[in-house]
Amino acid sequence: MEAIKDKKNLQVVINAGWCKSCGICIDLCPKGALGRDNRDKAVWQYPDKCIRCGLCELRCPDLAITLQEAEEEE
Amino acid sequence: MPVKRYLRQRFFPQLWCAGCGHGQIMASLIRAIEELGLQKNNVVVVSGIGCSSRMPGYLDFHTLHTLHGRALAFATGVKMGRPELNVIVPMGDGDASAIGGNHLIHAARRNINITAIVMNNNIYGMTGGQSSPTTPVAAKSTTAPLGNIDPAFDLVELAKGAGASFVARSTTYHSKEMQNMFVKAINHKGFSFVEVLTQCPTYYGRKNEGVSPTEMMKKFATTTTSIGSPKKKENPELIERGVFVDQERTEYASSYCEMINQMRKQK
Ligand SMILES: Cc1ncc(C[n+]2csc(CCOP(=O)(O)OP(=O)(O)O)c2C)c(N)n1
Ligand code: SF4
Ligand code: SF4
Ligand code: SF4
Ligand SMILES: [Mg+2]
Repeated sequence: MEAIKDKKNLQVVINAGWCKSCGICIDLCPKGALGRDNRDKAVWQYPDKCIRCGLCELRCPDLAITLQEAEEEE
Repeated sequence: MPVKRYLRQRFFPQLWCAGCGHGQIMASLIRAIEELGLQKNNVVVVSGIGCSSRMPGYLDFHTLHTLHGRALAFATGVKMGRPELNVIVPMGDGDASAIGGNHLIHAARRNINITAIVMNNNIYGMTGGQSSPTTPVAAKSTTAPLGNIDPAFDLVELAKGAGASFVARSTTYHSKEMQNMFVKAINHKGFSFVEVLTQCPTYYGRKNEGVSPTEMMKKFATTTTSIGSPKKKENPELIERGVFVDQERTEYASSYCEMINQMRKQK
């Protein structure tokens, strides 16, 4: 629960190997925090705009997005 | 949310097309199972054949990938043999309401404690976009290039009429709502039926709307409304979302167990 309190600590991690460039997360992000790379794969382009609402994680059909603690990252 | 814990990661990236709603339904189902705290070993997922029916292949539970339309028949066998297990049956609209329509109505009539999920994309996705019993009138498909003239089934009404004791509907746009409905449906003791409106961008989308997967999803936000919302009165065309039926009724596997116990006593 501590982690939820400090949402800024969460990072939006996108698994490019599973992302199919459908655009759903990018189009439906309420803050326009996601962008595309040169293969149209989603990237967390504007972390400053991101409110860590988790909608992108909930809606990704390919289970490619995870909101996780910064230190959890491999 | 540790979704990955429930996946057979060796089969990823999964085979569904980019933007296919079936993956979103799988994700909400996993979150519902996580929320309920079910042990992996106590969950059985049974499917037929179709794009939707690929789901059990990706899930790290006990899984059965059976015959087109027959998932509920196999699931009935599992439930009768091991009534303590949670049996979940994801089906396509064709799978559940065309070839498998009889299994569906009789599973509902028996009120067997199974959770049936219909992933309704209004088309036969896997075989190339033929009309299904839920393809809307005037919509185009491979078998109705000039527009479909068959009236569509309302699957919620069908399940209600057949006697399902839990009936609900949601969409891929409403991820959290869908998850909540799965939680309720799995908890329900009796036959539970959840219809999820979902997008097949490759066949339904390309033949009809010609829009992106996102636009198809957004349509679920504008063409549906919660049960009892005043919007429905203004626009009767809106499709209702929510829980339509939630009743207690004698459950089939328990009646069977009771009968066995009675017979044992008589010996
Ligand atoms: C007995 C039998 N009849 C027909 C088929 C061919 N078939 C495979 S999937 C399918 C329909 C798929 O549509 P749906 O159930 O809506 O699932 P979706 O692919 O749209 O998720 C059909 C007709 C089959 N595999 N077995
Ligand atoms: S929703 Fe998922 S698959 Fe689609 S672009 Fe975003 S990360 Fe990629
Ligand atoms: S967490 Fe919310 S705000 Fe941040 S990228 Fe995802 S959808 Fe956008
Ligand atoms: S054909 Fe349609 S239902 Fe099948 S995986 Fe592709 S988008 Fe999904
Ligand atoms: Mg279908």
